[in-house]
Amino acid sequence: MAQYKLVKFTLNGKEVEKMVDVRASLTDMLRNDYRMTSVKKGCEVGECGACNVLIDGECFNSCIYLAVWAEGKNIRTLEGLMSEDGELSDIQQAFIDEAAVQCGFCTPGVIMSAVEILESGRDYTDDELRKLLSGHLCRCTGYENILRAVRKTLDRRLGKVNV
Amino acid sequence: MYDIKALYEAYSVEEAINLRLLHPDAQILAGGSDVLVQIREGKRAGKELISIYTIDEIRGISLDETESIRIGSLTSFSHITKNEIVQKYINVLGEAVDMVGSPQIRNIGTIGGNTCNGVTSADSASTLFSLDALVELTGKSGKRVIPISDFYIKAGTVDIKPDEIQTAIIIPKEKYSGYQGHYIKYAMRNALDITTTGCSVNVKLSEDKKTFLDVRIAYGVAGPIPMRAKNAESFIVGKAVNDENCKEFSKEVLNDINPRDSWRASKALRQHIAVELAYRAIKECVKLSGGEM
Ligand SMILES: Cc1cc2nc3c(=O)[nH]c(=O)nc-3n(C[C@H](O)[C@H](O)[C@H](O)COP(=O)(O)OP(=O)(O)OC[C@H]3O[C@@H](n4cnc5c(N)ncnc54)[C@H](O)[C@@H]3O)c2cc1C
Ligand code: FES
Ligand code: FES
Repeated sequence: MAQYKLVKFTLNGKEVEKMVDVRASLTDMLRNDYRMTSVKKGCEVGECGACNVLIDGECFNSCIYLAVWAEGKNIRTLEGLMSEDGELSDIQQAFIDEAAVQCGFCTPGVIMSAVEILESGRDYTDDELRKLLSGHLCRCTGYENILRAVRKTLDRRLGKVNV
Repeated sequence: MYDIKALYEAYSVEEAINLRLLHPDAQILAGGSDVLVQIREGKRAGKELISIYTIDEIRGISLDETESIRIGSLTSFSHITKNEIVQKYINVLGEAVDMVGSPQIRNIGTIGGNTCNGVTSADSASTLFSLDALVELTGKSGKRVIPISDFYIKAGTVDIKPDEIQTAIIIPKEKYSGYQGHYIKYAMRNALDITTTGCSVNVKLSEDKKTFLDVRIAYGVAGPIPMRAKNAESFIVGKAVNDENCKEFSKEVLNDINPRDSWRASKALRQHIAVELAYRAIKECVKLSGGEM
């Protein structure tokens, strides 16, 4: 017997609602009901970070989060970063510039962790950044370019280097 | 989709207790970082679940009238680490739970789940043992508060009655006031790894910082459930603060612990690590207390 529930929440700034199967993960709901395909299905057991999204400003792996828990929450995915005229955000551009993207499968998840870091408004050492980014597995880049992209964007946002 | 038979959602402790009584076969779901993974792996597939994740009244940290620290069972690891009360009085716990999994796991994982799973490697558990924490359980007839050492029964089993949920972890003032603590997690990599052996020490020095007034040491993965090393504790209490006593203390733990061989590490390696961690942790506690060696 399928069990459904109405779930209302804010997705990338817009209020949305849909009936969802209570067995759905947040990844299932975001991909299938809202076509947020930046939210990837990697390991689906909370280890790789490919499905990472921001919920009320904190990072969560949406594969181990029930869709019904989204009720009343403010959820952001990579799709929400693009500006109205279709321009990439500074952190996305930095990933391209630093060759921090290869196959791209891990990228949306990593960038959402980077967004949480950048929006905290404070500075971090490289070691602190490594720890904050440690919830992501990348099979391609070897991580150094990812770290550099986050570092440079952080420095720019904090006004430590000229654009 | 998860293989879930039915989902019941509780928004208050009272609702959770009623749902427990109504659905005796249902399993409790907090953050789900153990439960949902086990459903995915098939181990807990097809079960009824009672979600307590939405009970806000058992989330957060406060000081009560006796200055005991009360940590609601649904408080996430990251909120424990960032909390001012924790940082001021029991920083060791904030540091210990900052070693769990990854940032995302620390946002979803709760201290209630970390203790109710009855797992010896749980990163909060050894520190809660070394803080001599209390566990609060709420059921139909009210609250019951028991020492954490009584809460653990055997590997994977804790003392929760069919009508109960865990509602708080309490650290009484006399257990933290004047103490300094340190936790060391030994694992193969820094992030996303299960503890090979974890050691947590809390130390209270005399006024002149020359004598150990009290020492509590506890381990994860040194036996089937988290445990104190009482022989080592009774050896060091009352002794002078010096390197030799700390060395002896660390060797004494071998009379307490009982690690096993597993694919993660051999018994011999775990014993070796346990001694070294005890030595490093107690020395760090002395340093944090302003003592010299
Ligand atoms: C990728 C990954 C990495 C991890 N790394 C670590 C690590 O490094 N260290 C570590 O210690 N853990 C780790 N874990 C395990 C897990 O995150 C923790 O054990 C966490 O504390 C579980 O909390 P939860 O709220 O998610 O629990 P849940 O999965 O919801 O529940 C865990 C168990 O406790 C019971 N339960 C939960 N809350 C209550 C309550 N209030 N009353 C009664 N019963 C309750 C549930 O029925 C279940 O049996 C990891 C998990 C993942 C997925
Ligand atoms: S797909 Fe969610 S963490 Fe891997
Ligand atoms: S770019 Fe391929 S996994 Fe990271």
